[in-house]
Amino acid sequence: MLRDALLVAGKDLRIERRSRVTTNQVAPFAVVVLVLFAFALDPDRGLLTRAAAGLFWVAVLFCAILAVQRSFSVESADGARDGLRLSGLDPAGIFLGKAGAVALQLVALEALLAAGVVLLYGTDLRGGVVLLATCAAATIGLAASGTVYGVLSAGLRVRETLLPLLLLPVAAPVLLSATRAWEVALGTGGAGDGAGPWLRLLVIFAVVYVAFGVVAFGALLEEA
Amino acid sequence: MALAIRFRSAVVLLGRFPALAGVDFDVAAGETVLVQGPNGAGKTTLLRACAGLAPVVAGEAEVLGHDLRDDRRAVRRQVALLGHATQLYDDLTVAENVRFAVRAARGRSRDDGDGAAGVLERLGLDGRLRDVTVARLSAGQRRRTALAICMARRPELWLLDEPHAGLDAQGRDLLDDAVRAAVAGGATVVLASHEADRALALATRAVTMAGGQVHHQPDRRAASAPRGEPAHVA
Repeated sequence: MLRDALLVAGKDLRIERRSRVTTNQVAPFAVVVLVLFAFALDPDRGLLTRAAAGLFWVAVLFCAILAVQRSFSVESADGARDGLRLSGLDPAGIFLGKAGAVALQLVALEALLAAGVVLLYGTDLRGGVVLLATCAAATIGLAASGTVYGVLSAGLRVRETLLPLLLLPVAAPVLLSATRAWEVALGTGGAGDGAGPWLRLLVIFAVVYVAFGVVAFGALLEEA
Repeated sequence: MALAIRFRSAVVLLGRFPALAGVDFDVAAGETVLVQGPNGAGKTTLLRACAGLAPVVAGEAEVLGHDLRDDRRAVRRQVALLGHATQLYDDLTVAENVRFAVRAARGRSRDDGDGAAGVLERLGLDGRLRDVTVARLSAGQRRRTALAICMARRPELWLLDEPHAGLDAQGRDLLDDAVRAAVAGGATVVLASHEADRALALATRAVTMAGGQVHHQPDRRAASAPRGEPAHVA
């Protein structure tokens, strides 16, 4: 399974490196989203700073949708999905490989977005451990859930519009938890019980979707 | 002789439409069988069902000893399907597409590189074409790359859907040579084609489909006829 996952992730990342969709389209999109938020909330920079955590994770969520759509659009062209099904690869390995590739792209985009909130919103990125732990858990959760719903919508003609409709409500707990955890770390929200409960929720979400994907991806790939 | 394919009253639905409406179809191991019939007869669906891609919802279906009603994924590693779509990744090079398919099918065996390189050379895809992304290839070169994947995977069952389409004369000859070499190596081949002359030259037997059923299935003993001389022409 791990060998298959590495093979699929390597293939997806090589396609991405060559097509440069993430670097030339998704990354500029992410920056534009941050800039638009700044326009919408300006001139009150205080509000921008307080809302930075939520705006960051909304932007990450939009980027995740684009990354997942791209991940499955390459399988839709010229019967590639049939090739993948005929390949003999373990479906769980395919799931982990595709989710892993999406997660790596999200990590790069999160780094860009983090730089963006520092420069555009004047946010001071304190609480590095919590920020990184939140990013890790939320990224895995978004990549796993996105891959599950990506394959569900992949075989449909309306996949471009269906995926956001499926994924956005499902990812709401990630958005909420990651935002709250970041607010605690940045000191821009109510401290409450700290970041712990939100981090636990993110980890649970990630574990549930990784486990579900490993078990169900084969059936979803067949039905799509 | 052992059967590579055994279908009995097999039904495949596309939506609610029975694309295969109770097919009886036998192919002995090592045979080369031509499936003929008009558009919409069910030839492509039959090949996809044999590959385990289209689910058989009623009847019996066994391919290479695997019961497709129980588990249609198990047979896929032993099968290659060259269909209308090439199943290639546009942003990977010719060599990367072949290497990915071979590693997926066989794991990282030691002869990955040599096997893939040899196939690319035989199909005229070595040299400058080897490192060209598939998106930049002509339709014929894409078909050759898809054929290279079939060859490099060394499947036990070749399923070829209009395999000569889009190939130039040299490509067609290479395809025919590849099929004959595969059969000589013990593989079984089922091909659907409207190009009767070429396909019949490869086939040991021909069957006819219409309306989602195999209407004319000559006895398998015909498979013993000399290659290149089809025993039955539907």
